Amino acid sequence: MTEVLFFIFAAMAIASALMVIMNRNPIYSAVSLVVTLFSLAGIFLLLEAYFLAVVQIIIYAGAIMVLFLFVIMLLNPGKEAKFSSLTDPRTLIITLLSITFIGMIFSLVSGSVNYMGEAASSVEALGTTRNIGLTLFTKYLLPFEIASLLLLVALIGAVLMTKRSLK
Amino acid sequence: MLPIEYYLWFSAILFVIGVVGVLLRRNVIILFMSIEIMLNAVNVTFIAFSRQMNNVDGQLFVFFVMTLAAAEVAVGLAIIVAMYRNKKSINIEDMNLLKW
Repeated sequence: MTEVLFFIFAAMAIASALMVIMNRNPIYSAVSLVVTLFSLAGIFLLLEAYFLAVVQIIIYAGAIMVLFLFVIMLLNPGKEAKFSSLTDPRTLIITLLSITFIGMIFSLVSGSVNYMGEAASSVEALGTTRNIGLTLFTKYLLPFEIASLLLLVALIGAVLMTKRSLK
Repeated sequence: MLPIEYYLWFSAILFVIGVVGVLLRRNVIILFMSIEIMLNAVNVTFIAFSRQMNNVDGQLFVFFVMTLAAAEVAVGLAIIVAMYRNKKSINIEDMNLLKW
């Protein structure tokens, strides 16, 4: 059952991620990204990270995607021009670089697989809200406070940046 | 739980899709979406290892990565709006003020 669900979610995530980078209309890209994020939330559920699955939907699919769609609608960029052909030297270099990068990552993964032991047997309450909160407010209290500061700075920065003139 | 390799392969594929998107696309908004895809691919790895090691710390890191992504998108999109106001374009090729 888990396997089937994993393959369904993984296929959905990869297909919609490909749609994100291949669509020429940014709005379609944004909607495909929502599908990717929802499938990832499903994969988080399979990994028993319940809290993060919900946070993924609320923060990414809720907040961040709304921001994206707002900016797309605000700027109304229209369709992008067609991709340059494969004979263009720059596209060729990018393609070669991507293939090298794919090879690097895949050899890294397949090389490290041998060193991983057995997975822990099903653990109760690893990713529950209670467990995450307990760790967050004891071991990671300082990073948590710093993150709040980061959000404040980002808030002020975003407001300042979009102001028409800085007096 | 499935063997962790499955999750690692999946995450690697997703990450590469994000990299290809950043390299190939010229629209800044889609560049940002590709960066989100890469961040999410890393999150999958974090959670898979957290489950494998039976340790909640990895999930806390994902939590912080999400915070960072939210801040990054807010500031980044503000920069895009400001750039659009000046250049009337969101093509990455037109943003070459710091290029020499």
